[in-house]
Amino acid sequence: MTAADQLFSTLGDPTRRAIFERLCRKGEQTVWMLTDHAGVSQPAVSKHLSVLKQSGLVRDRREGRQTHYSADPKGLSPLIDWMSVYTAFWREKFDALEDLLKRMDQ
Amino acid sequence: MTETKSVVMEREIAHPPEKIWRALTQPHLIAEWLMQNDFKPALGHRFNLRTQAYGDWNGIIDCEVLTIEPNKTLSYTWESGNGPLRVTSVVTWTLTPTPTGTHLRMEQSGFRSDQPQNYAGAKYGWQAFLTKLEDVLAKTE
Repeated sequence: MTAADQLFSTLGDPTRRAIFERLCRKGEQTVWMLTDHAGVSQPAVSKHLSVLKQSGLVRDRREGRQTHYSADPKGLSPLIDWMSVYTAFWREKFDALEDLLKRMDQ
Repeated sequence: MTETKSVVMEREIAHPPEKIWRALTQPHLIAEWLMQNDFKPALGHRFNLRTQAYGDWNGIIDCEVLTIEPNKTLSYTWESGNGPLRVTSVVTWTLTPTPTGTHLRMEQSGFRSDQPQNYAGAKYGWQAFLTKLEDVLAKTE
């Protein structure tokens, strides 16, 4: 499984994705703060967090008896492939340019 | 690590270079196939390409004309986004006449595969990416 495959499968779960998005939006959170909004039990949230951590999307930091979780943007980098994003973009633009050139004849 | 990459697209087009040049350099024509803009065919001219904002991305691309050789070559910088979504690149158009029209080549170069310094404060850029990712995932489900 490539890093991108792992990321897709990690973020393919809607609950897990919601937890990750919340960490992106709100910054550091405890498992309890996340459970309040996740709509699933605390053990389920902990399990999702451990999967997110394995994929490099989430970091944790112990402070006393609490663990604080935060999103790690670097974990997303295998998915940001500008080469393919822009290849698709320019193909579409080349088509639009050719359409325009045809219309310019009329 | 600063490894740069480029995207190249080439196409044989059944229209003369002069006509393609107009489509590449006249603002109202650029708007028809690329994006809204305030382009001027002048060396050093700074302009924007504007598309719909997407998530936290404002939809604006900052450009500056670097090379301009009528009917032959046009290049401009192409910079946009923030955080991990930041793109700094140069777009170069090359027009070569052929017996049937023009060989049109576009190269967008300077993508960096790793920009760790830009990750600081990156959370703002993520929203657009996440929304997009969600679309992709929805289609693959």
